[in-house]
Amino acid sequence: MITGMLLRSLDKGSYWFLGLLGLIALLVPALHLLLPPESALHVPGYAVALMGKYLCYGLLALSVDLVWGYCGILSLGHGAFFALGGYAMGMYLMRQIGDRGVYANPELPDFMVFLNWSELPWYWYGFDSFGFALAMVVLAPGILAFVFGWLAFRSRVTGVYLSIITQALTYALMLAFFRNEMGFGGNNGLTDFKDILGFSLQSDTTRTVLFSASAVAVGLGYVLCRLITRSRAGMVLAAIRDAESRTRFLGYRVEHYKLMVFVVSACLAGIAGALYVPQVGIINPGEFAPANSIEIVIAVAVGGRGTLIGAVLGAVLISYAKTWFTGELPEFWLFALGGLFVAVTLFLPKGIAGFLIARWQGFKDRKSAPGTATVANEGPAQ
Amino acid sequence: MSDLPSSVLYLDGITVSFDGFKALNNLSLYIEPGEMRAIIGPNGAGKTTMMDVITGKTKPDSGEVFFDGAVDLAKLDEADIAQLGIGRKFQKPTVFENQTVADNLQLALSGVRGVLETFLWSASARDKTRIDELLEIIRLTHLRDRMANSLSHGQKQWLEIGMLLAQNPKVLLVDEPVAGMTDSETVETARLLREIAENHSVIVVEHDMSFVRDLDVKVTVLAEGSVLAEGSLDSVSADERVIESYLGR
Repeated sequence: MITGMLLRSLDKGSYWFLGLLGLIALLVPALHLLLPPESALHVPGYAVALMGKYLCYGLLALSVDLVWGYCGILSLGHGAFFALGGYAMGMYLMRQIGDRGVYANPELPDFMVFLNWSELPWYWYGFDSFGFALAMVVLAPGILAFVFGWLAFRSRVTGVYLSIITQALTYALMLAFFRNEMGFGGNNGLTDFKDILGFSLQSDTTRTVLFSASAVAVGLGYVLCRLITRSRAGMVLAAIRDAESRTRFLGYRVEHYKLMVFVVSACLAGIAGALYVPQVGIINPGEFAPANSIEIVIAVAVGGRGTLIGAVLGAVLISYAKTWFTGELPEFWLFALGGLFVAVTLFLPKGIAGFLIARWQGFKDRKSAPGTATVANEGPAQ
Repeated sequence: MSDLPSSVLYLDGITVSFDGFKALNNLSLYIEPGEMRAIIGPNGAGKTTMMDVITGKTKPDSGEVFFDGAVDLAKLDEADIAQLGIGRKFQKPTVFENQTVADNLQLALSGVRGVLETFLWSASARDKTRIDELLEIIRLTHLRDRMANSLSHGQKQWLEIGMLLAQNPKVLLVDEPVAGMTDSETVETARLLREIAENHSVIVVEHDMSFVRDLDVKVTVLAEGSVLAEGSLDSVSADERVIESYLGR
């Protein structure tokens, strides 16, 4: 049954996309590890980490596209789920430091020693286990999304009001995580990570494994999103997006569908955050900043809302543009981002992917049109 | 309560007010199983609010709404009421624009409604036959795989009626089905509704008098939130109060 569902939900574009992901998951590590640094094709270590980071944003964008593109829920707070997943992974990485911190305390992370705490807060228990941390990567954002979504969707908060409260959610979490008393490192967040599962985070191999894991995660996330959106549940989601009360009068419990897709999406965002943290080496409350969530929404709009592949593409492009701008013309980045958003809304309302799909359809129609014309011409001759 | 056992819909003493304005004022209405009823009335008479009360969108301030003799509709929400078997067609045609005609019907088809069920669902041969039948009834077979947003206004209205039928409800509430239709589309719609009324209870809210005459059913006149008159179209149009409420404005 599962294979049947998979076959039903993937199309030609999906196979190309998954093939491409598989290719870079193998090629980038190979070019990094096997080629000598002086080779022109050698991928330097910083670039591997940078591309891994882009892929994590790609997965986050995928999660935003699932709720926004397919169910019309415009979340301006998805960065919160990303950051929570990141913090869960960060807590595990902090526990891995052990007694190698500045204060060499085997039990407490440095910032707790600095705050004169005598013992580990209860919510840090269990994070020395990788399995527990992985569960939390999914559960923490998932449970928050469940509680938030249950309250919001049951009260029928929709449209711009929902967007505003998601924004408030991530802002409130940012303020909370900035406080030292919260026990998540306050302003500085969690950093100085040493290793993951005993492997040094600085080593080339670990870096490439994390990169490949990110590519695989994007691929699996994509397949999951396709499974959902191509099922009848996906049809219901699109129905809710286009005519919510009609769907309700057909007997569908709209709030259940919204809740399901919102929670799945939050879990995906959490996984993206968890892969992001070991690759960038830090997680701090800045990740909760509303601007991050808005940036990823713009990335989805630029790439093509409701196309999944477009969302990943948009996130990679926007992140790359951000890297370039913040390096070369840092003061222009926000202008460029805003300008791009306006330009895409005006000229490519369906985003890059939507534009390409339309062109491809047009090309196929033109190719098949002469064929039908011939058939029609043959008619009278016979 | 003597009407209760035999009524498929039983509204008694319903009052709904919005900020002090009484949209419905002590409204009572009984619909028999298999009956088709036309509801007419000037703008603001409470026709749409009455539909909102029956379908669970609006809760009455006082009064009783019972379905099938025993089910208290005031305690249920829209999804529950739809699953019980009350279908509703909106005034403005509301179909799922970005899905095909067949998929629109598929979504409406009675059966699976839960999240997990729909996720694991796959099309059965029986569903397909039923959709073919429905397409035949609403005369959209040739447009089966077209996106709903490419349909004409009248075709969208029929598709929505088809979706109602796919739900297989006991009662259909139809709000102004011929508004904005051409004459031939109006005739076609009257035929469609009469066909449906053969095995469903139908409530039609309509402004178009010639259409109501075409339907040839019992008429209820609403004004200012309550029932003004009830009977055949000829008898209610002869009623002094009805003439006054229509012409007085």
